[in-house]
Amino acid sequence: MPIHTHRSYDGQTLTIKIEGRFDFSTHQAFRDAYEHGDENVDSFIVDLSNTTYLDSSALGMLLLLRDYAGGDRARIRIENCNSDVRRILSISNFEQLFAIR
Amino acid sequence: MDDPLPENRPLRILIADDSDSDRLILKTLLRRLGHKVEDAENGLEAVNIFRKSAPDIVLLDALMPVMDGMEAARQIKVLAGEQLVPLIFLTSLSDAGALARCLEAGGDDFLTKPYNRIIIEAKINAFNRMRLMHRTLSHHRDLIRERNSKLLEEQEIAKRVFDNVAHTGCLDAPNIRFHASPMSIFNGDVLFACPRPAGGMQILIGDFTGHGLPAAIGAMPVAEIFYGMTSKGFSGSDVLREINQKLGRILPTGMFCCAAMIQADFHLNQLQIWNGGLPDGVLLRKDGMRETVVSRHLPLGVVGNARFDAGMEVFHTEPGDTLLMMTDGVMEAENRQGEMYGEQRLIRSLDEMSRQESPFETIMSGIRTFTGNQPEQDDLTLITLRMAEDAELAGISDRLPQSALEGPAEWRCVYEVQDRTLGQFSPLPLLLHICMEVPGLRRKSGEIYTLLAELYSNALEHGVLGLCSDWKATPDGFGHYYAERERRLADVAGHFIRFTLTHTMTGQGGRLAIVCEDSGSGFDFSRTRLEAGDERRYSGRGLLLIQKIGRSLNYREHGTKAEIVYDWYFSEVAGREGSTTQQPGGWS
Repeated sequence: MPIHTHRSYDGQTLTIKIEGRFDFSTHQAFRDAYEHGDENVDSFIVDLSNTTYLDSSALGMLLLLRDYAGGDRARIRIENCNSDVRRILSISNFEQLFAIR
Repeated sequence: MDDPLPENRPLRILIADDSDSDRLILKTLLRRLGHKVEDAENGLEAVNIFRKSAPDIVLLDALMPVMDGMEAARQIKVLAGEQLVPLIFLTSLSDAGALARCLEAGGDDFLTKPYNRIIIEAKINAFNRMRLMHRTLSHHRDLIRERNSKLLEEQEIAKRVFDNVAHTGCLDAPNIRFHASPMSIFNGDVLFACPRPAGGMQILIGDFTGHGLPAAIGAMPVAEIFYGMTSKGFSGSDVLREINQKLGRILPTGMFCCAAMIQADFHLNQLQIWNGGLPDGVLLRKDGMRETVVSRHLPLGVVGNARFDAGMEVFHTEPGDTLLMMTDGVMEAENRQGEMYGEQRLIRSLDEMSRQESPFETIMSGIRTFTGNQPEQDDLTLITLRMAEDAELAGISDRLPQSALEGPAEWRCVYEVQDRTLGQFSPLPLLLHICMEVPGLRRKSGEIYTLLAELYSNALEHGVLGLCSDWKATPDGFGHYYAERERRLADVAGHFIRFTLTHTMTGQGGRLAIVCEDSGSGFDFSRTRLEAGDERRYSGRGLLLIQKIGRSLNYREHGTKAEIVYDWYFSEVAGREGSTTQQPGGWS
């Protein structure tokens, strides 16, 4: 389950793209993806277009990212979820914590 | 056609003449030419001989006692029936009227006395050629007749087979009106409608290039795929992709199927439409506005699935809106002058339609008026679908083809993962696969996977490995948790996780009970569970997911045994109703 990151031209938005399953086995790579980033980054996009499945530990990881990015002030968008992933996010009421598109 | 009938035998010739000497001369002459000859002294005797031995050619004296040649000729022609038996009159008559009467009586020619050997031989040969030609033609006609009737019989049987595959589905629903050429087989048009298990219906209207058997053979798998997949809950796009792939493989290049897929949801009041090569459809709004549903896609069977676009266009509707779709037979219906009905006339008749009229009747009567009494042009298919209220269509989905219920309905399966395998292998795909054998559960694969996955990771992490969720309270703890998980997985000897799945049918769907047991020392699930107010905790979400998806979740035996009951419904409406009357799953 490779994780790719991509910085926007102005360097302020970091896109984290997760391929395949987003579950416990991803946690270290996911943390690495944002923790060793540039300090200029002030917003995040989690691109789930190639994510087939997301489990409860991934939900925890998203919260880790959220706290890292400033908690309630965090600017994080979760994008391109498939319907299964979308349903898990919505069952968990993550719309209240993230901008999900 | 078959080989011409061989005939090398000598001709059998009957001579009737009351003059002994004339008869003898003729008989000797014909025998010398190699023919077999029988003779009679008068017409009656000739008829009797003909009846007995059916000679090939008859030579009749016109004037004889007892029965003259004219009467004998009439009777012989009747006896010969469809066979051509050349009748040649022997006569010394020369007046035109008498000769004409001979031919009217059924004679084919005359020979005038005295006999000329060369003329006789030439005439016999000429008539024999005619006789053989007639025989060959009749034989071929009989063969064609026989083969044609066999072909019709086979087509009749093929049509019955096709009808069984392509049964009418829900074309008789109160909100559908359609005209399809006789069940549409053998002319290249197809029209199918099928209720969806989640409510609503799916309709496929199509037009194969070409006619007859090749088109009908293409229609068979289309019907099979359409009804099979629709009744299992697959979306229009999924069904289109499958059909496209199938047709791409079986149809010769140059043959394809122009089609439209309509997915109607009466609950959400929404139409999803895919039009690949059919004439513009029309969405007639209740308020009189019209929208066209243009073809944006290639017909089915033209490009491979990599390039195939099965994306459906969404139309939001209101009850009373009506969708009209047709094959190009409607546009191409011809009148007596050979003009085509065409789009202009269609639009005009919709313009002139009164509020009370149904679009279906309007267009059908427009076409009938235009084409006049022309014999029905047979590849003309037209359907209107009115957006109805849910209630009007109650019961439609009960008529899902039987295949929706096929597959294992009542079963139980125990699967236990032991020892080292716990750390190396995920039993989830296998378990999911078993559940997906139940057609009604296929639509729910995402939810079932989540249930299985969360139960498994709880049993493994908290049960077998004894990991504590509390560690996940901090980012570093999170890392620690998973590092510890990895470390402890190395030593799971003697441990197991056992899934017991039980599926049963209920009136409105089915129930899947999942029990997950582990060999751990149990865990305090109440501590692992997410309490109200700590939504932002990093852990504890698994149980919440399970609880919201399943109908109930119970932990027994100190947390080593989790039980979930998951109900599914044939129709989403039943599911929604069900969930309001039943208590949501709770904790015990």
